[in-house]
Amino acid sequence: MFELSTAVELEGNGAVLVARHAPVGMVTLKAGLNRAISAALKQSTGAGVPPKRKIRKGIAWMAPDELLIFTESDPDALIRELDSRITAPALLADVSDARAVFTLKGRGVRDVLAKGAPIDLSPEAFGTDDFRRTRLGQVAVALWIPAPDEARLICLASVGQFVFDWLVNASQKDSLPDYFST
Amino acid sequence: MLLLKCPYCGAKAEETEFSGGGEAHLSRQKSGSTDAGFAAYMFERRNPKGVILERWHHAYGCGKWFHAARSAVTLEVFGTYSVQALAPPKDIIAKIRARLPEWEEKK
Amino acid sequence: MSFRLPDGGCLIDRSQPVAFTFNGKRVQGFRGDTLASALMAADRRMVGRSFKYHRPRGIMASGVEEPNALMNMGEGGRFEPNQRATTTELFDGLIARSQNHWPSLGFDIGALNNKLARFLPAGFYYKTFMRPQWAWKHVFEPIIRRSAGLGQVPTKPDTDRYEYFYAYTDILIAGGGVAGLEAALEAGRSGAKVLLLEQSPYFGGRFMVDDVEVDGRNGPAHITYLLDEIAKLPTVTLRSRTQGAGVFDHGYALGFERLNDHAPTASGPRHRLWRIRAKRIITATGALERTLNFAGNDKPGVMLAGAVRDYVRLYGVAPGARTVVVTNSDDAYRTALTLHAAGLEVPLIVDSRPQAGALADAARQAGIRIETGHAIARVNGYKHVTSVEICLQSGAGNAVETVACDCVAMSGGFSPVVHLWSHCGGKLLWDEANAMFSPDISRPPTNQHGEGFVLPAGAALGALETEACLASALAAGRQAVDEVGQSRAGDTAPRQVRAQPEAPMSPVWAMPANAPYRLRSKTWLDFQNDVKLTDIQLAAREGYESVEHAKRYTTIGMATDQGKLSNINGLAVLAAALDADIPAVGTTTFRPPYTPVSLGAIAGEAAGKLFKPTRKTAIDGWHESHGAIFEPVADWRRPYAYPAKGESVQAAITREIVATRSAVGLFDASTLGKIMVTGPDAARFLDLLYTNMMSTLKPGKCRYGLMCNENGFLMDDGVVARLSEDTFLCHTTTGGSDRIHAHMEEWLQTEWWDMQVFTANLTEQYAQIVVAGPRARKVLEALGGMDVSPGELPFMGFVEGKLGGIKARIFRISFSGELSFEVAVPASRGLLLWNLLLQAGASHGIRPYGTEALHVMRAEKGFVVVGDESDGTVTPHDLNMSWAVSKKKDDFIGKRGMQRSFLTGQNRKQLVGLRTLSDTEKLPESAHAVENGKAIGHVTSTYFSPTLGHPIAMALINGGQGRLGDVLDFSAGGAIRKARIVDPVFYDKEGARQDV
Repeated sequence: MFELSTAVELEGNGAVLVARHAPVGMVTLKAGLNRAISAALKQSTGAGVPPKRKIRKGIAWMAPDELLIFTESDPDALIRELDSRITAPALLADVSDARAVFTLKGRGVRDVLAKGAPIDLSPEAFGTDDFRRTRLGQVAVALWIPAPDEARLICLASVGQFVFDWLVNASQKDSLPDYFST
Repeated sequence: MLLLKCPYCGAKAEETEFSGGGEAHLSRQKSGSTDAGFAAYMFERRNPKGVILERWHHAYGCGKWFHAARSAVTLEVFGTYSVQALAPPKDIIAKIRARLPEWEEKK
Repeated sequence: MSFRLPDGGCLIDRSQPVAFTFNGKRVQGFRGDTLASALMAADRRMVGRSFKYHRPRGIMASGVEEPNALMNMGEGGRFEPNQRATTTELFDGLIARSQNHWPSLGFDIGALNNKLARFLPAGFYYKTFMRPQWAWKHVFEPIIRRSAGLGQVPTKPDTDRYEYFYAYTDILIAGGGVAGLEAALEAGRSGAKVLLLEQSPYFGGRFMVDDVEVDGRNGPAHITYLLDEIAKLPTVTLRSRTQGAGVFDHGYALGFERLNDHAPTASGPRHRLWRIRAKRIITATGALERTLNFAGNDKPGVMLAGAVRDYVRLYGVAPGARTVVVTNSDDAYRTALTLHAAGLEVPLIVDSRPQAGALADAARQAGIRIETGHAIARVNGYKHVTSVEICLQSGAGNAVETVACDCVAMSGGFSPVVHLWSHCGGKLLWDEANAMFSPDISRPPTNQHGEGFVLPAGAALGALETEACLASALAAGRQAVDEVGQSRAGDTAPRQVRAQPEAPMSPVWAMPANAPYRLRSKTWLDFQNDVKLTDIQLAAREGYESVEHAKRYTTIGMATDQGKLSNINGLAVLAAALDADIPAVGTTTFRPPYTPVSLGAIAGEAAGKLFKPTRKTAIDGWHESHGAIFEPVADWRRPYAYPAKGESVQAAITREIVATRSAVGLFDASTLGKIMVTGPDAARFLDLLYTNMMSTLKPGKCRYGLMCNENGFLMDDGVVARLSEDTFLCHTTTGGSDRIHAHMEEWLQTEWWDMQVFTANLTEQYAQIVVAGPRARKVLEALGGMDVSPGELPFMGFVEGKLGGIKARIFRISFSGELSFEVAVPASRGLLLWNLLLQAGASHGIRPYGTEALHVMRAEKGFVVVGDESDGTVTPHDLNMSWAVSKKKDDFIGKRGMQRSFLTGQNRKQLVGLRTLSDTEKLPESAHAVENGKAIGHVTSTYFSPTLGHPIAMALINGGQGRLGDVLDFSAGGAIRKARIVDPVFYDKEGARQDV
């Protein structure tokens, strides 16, 4: 679902390629994240509740009572399906249009993100299934680094252009601190 | 700039991810409370030179509120704990007392 | 004269000439030079005028402590004042201008101040410009402003880029001299993550110029060895041109990296501000040499002895042909020997001590004359040194001999750079033997665990001699490894050091000891701020006994160098004047940053279009391409109006209102907050959140609601739709979406956590478009797909379905007073729907309208806007909205607050409408109502109503609800305008228009 070919914006003249995706299917689930929820999730998506601050098989841990489910199918259909399986009180909402999704590609993705995110992005501290909500400069974001030279980031759609400009600026060539050995 | 650990998502993060929420363990005064009780709840805050129990919000992170026990003098953080706790847990009190044997939580 | 030596200079490359200009004249240096070394090589030793007396000043130091050689650097968008020549790397095309003189460096009118010096003592401004009072503003201040200050203020926007970088490490080391490198190697061998910052372009510090031998290697060779060893360690990162600028709470440190100052044509950012978190910080920041306090110690050619050695060894530059060395300690002898070895004359070493150490023997063997127990009485020469007068140190300055020279190399001993140790609370000890403050390692700054987290090493610890310096560095490296939880890889054996043993220094705070006023008043302590020995003594006499007071009174240590050279000397002079011990007087506070950090680096990337995020709706692009002018609303930008080409903004607003009232208007309301609240307890929760009842709202219906804070003051309003028994969609104001969602979560998490309720802020999931006006229904019907007839979709109802093929929810609510539909669709479909509506509405005369038209229309209807009619001190009752405050509910947020006596009084400011007596002049924004000389209220909204053809306004007036019909005076920029208090609902009081 993160194919660059469908990107709505792409900038690749810098040290790191920055792509903004066309809307990606995303569903917010808020509930007590117990076994029953995990089982319902597994039936619908093939994956259960991920551990704290992890992203596994397209399901991201947002908070102790909140998940973000990435989906390639119709979010409404997924919501209906989950709704029918989950018996406990829960909130399900399509948030596909509420967020902008970015992919960064290149050797310096950690360097670029560390210009704005006040967290330890070294490979030892932040692995390929880690998922972190934090800030990038002045903007709230969530980010993960699924492969050594690839990072993904989501933010509110209204600041999508700002974040794209921010990332393009931060990934200009000759501007990487080369702090991470990757 | 402080480093705090959010007890809900477990992230150790720097202060810019959080926003402060003032004194912890206030009890809400509803309709029917006395004027003095309501004024105390709304406005009267302790500002001890020493251990402070305070509220924090993981605003840029998991969005959860939590409590922290911290020295206002040395900025030592004795621990963070559930926002639903009515008092600091035993292990945090033990850490405070290890540093400040005389310390008592004022009600 | 100063000049380039025929050989030597380990940092320069003589095969690469570099051309630059100084005060418009072309000068040449070599790659590797600093601006200071290149100027000196070209015999330009006088490089500026002093701050207050405009005395000629020359290069004094070779590093960050330089007080005099400050330059206006660059041009246009790259102009920057107060740049130290000693830390400016030379590059082709560099443009430097000296500061603080007019008309020229050589001839400066301001130098008259020097003649008037005795009339310009400490506190001169405070004492002199008191009367007459008017004269300060009109006479004194303009003159002083013109003559004071150092560099010029840039006039063009900065053209460079800057950025931040967040780095986490186990161990941060500040300083890449031998101590820092030894510590880095020792720590790095354990596998701990180490980040070492060195402010200069090269590593090695004093080891490059001191004659020492470590494990059989000379200084530079040992540095090369350490760098080679460190390069093998994968977890150690070295950054040159990056200064450890500050240490803060919980292991936070700032690094200031200057990437392109030496190569301004290179791409990439100019500066990078490293925001570092380290478990332990080793400060290996070395020591700074102190000046000696003798008359004329500020004249061009008088330099720090260590700096003289640097210029010879690092840059192959002779600061003078004939140098007198004056010292109270041993290190300056190394300078004498260096000069001698370079073939330069050293006619005399003046040593204030009765006896010198082993290094003196080496000097004697080289044939250099030494006079112990002696001092410099005064320096002769104006624009540069021509000779020095020698006297007994114990005397009153009677010259026994005059020695011709063109350079004086002075050394008053060393002060450890304790800045980083002290920034976050590390305490200091007074080291009597070396007359210096050094870190008290028993009282370090502490971190979040209550542990000391800063470890000083080397000279920064006070270990000035090589063997102790290296031992302390290895120890610091090992301690840091232990404390960050790594295991040591085996300790490095103590380094075998061969160096001359040093004799004790002897503090000298006045030279000679009994110097009379005539000498003391020409003895400088602070060169950059022009503070003399007599100024400090005067301050002490006048009662400024606290070091912090004396600092501010005399301005010592307050210039851009923050007293790096002057602090200890000033302190010692103050202590002597007060007859107190130096440690009892104490130091002033060391505050970060260590040297100035550029404002660009502090701003980081947040400049230009990245200055601040602007939130934009899905339809923003259309607004922009259709001529909208925008206004900021919270973090959003919203179309204010859509003036056509040649149309005035006011005309556009009027046109938009007329179109909406007479036909149909289109409005982008996507910015309104939309918060989903769901769960078995959702209704109960919303009853606590809103002042009015939400639990009685029927599914499928909407209700306008108010929210207050615990004080009982209005904080937000909006329409709540009950989507199902358990699920509500709460609309908030544009500015309220994030705040109200956070407010809900706060109460759910911290007070009512027993409730089963979940919230989600879905503001951005939907584009929301208002279709308002008598023909609104026709437009929706033209689009088709949903039944929007009054029967199916009555006022305050909503329906779901597909409108023109797009999944939509249509609310029948009205903020304009017209028949109005708010259509919510997924944001990605928003622009499509907008265009479809424009198309479908074309035959009905549809027009987009902006926020100003919306505001006028809502004011015509008497609807309040949170933030206009309310300001955080206004209750719903004050706004005539008691109907929206439930009397039935036991509790809601704000209920108790509203019960307080001062909120229930009758004479509170209350909302009223205002009808101006004039039909053309509207009331000014925020105009005060004045009665019997008192302000009794103010205008909250004021517009010209095109619908009614006259101005309208809303106001908060004391007891206003009981004063219908009264005429009040409003102040309008000196004039008085009259308006009558009326019902705030100006238009369609029955609400017939919206209910059709």
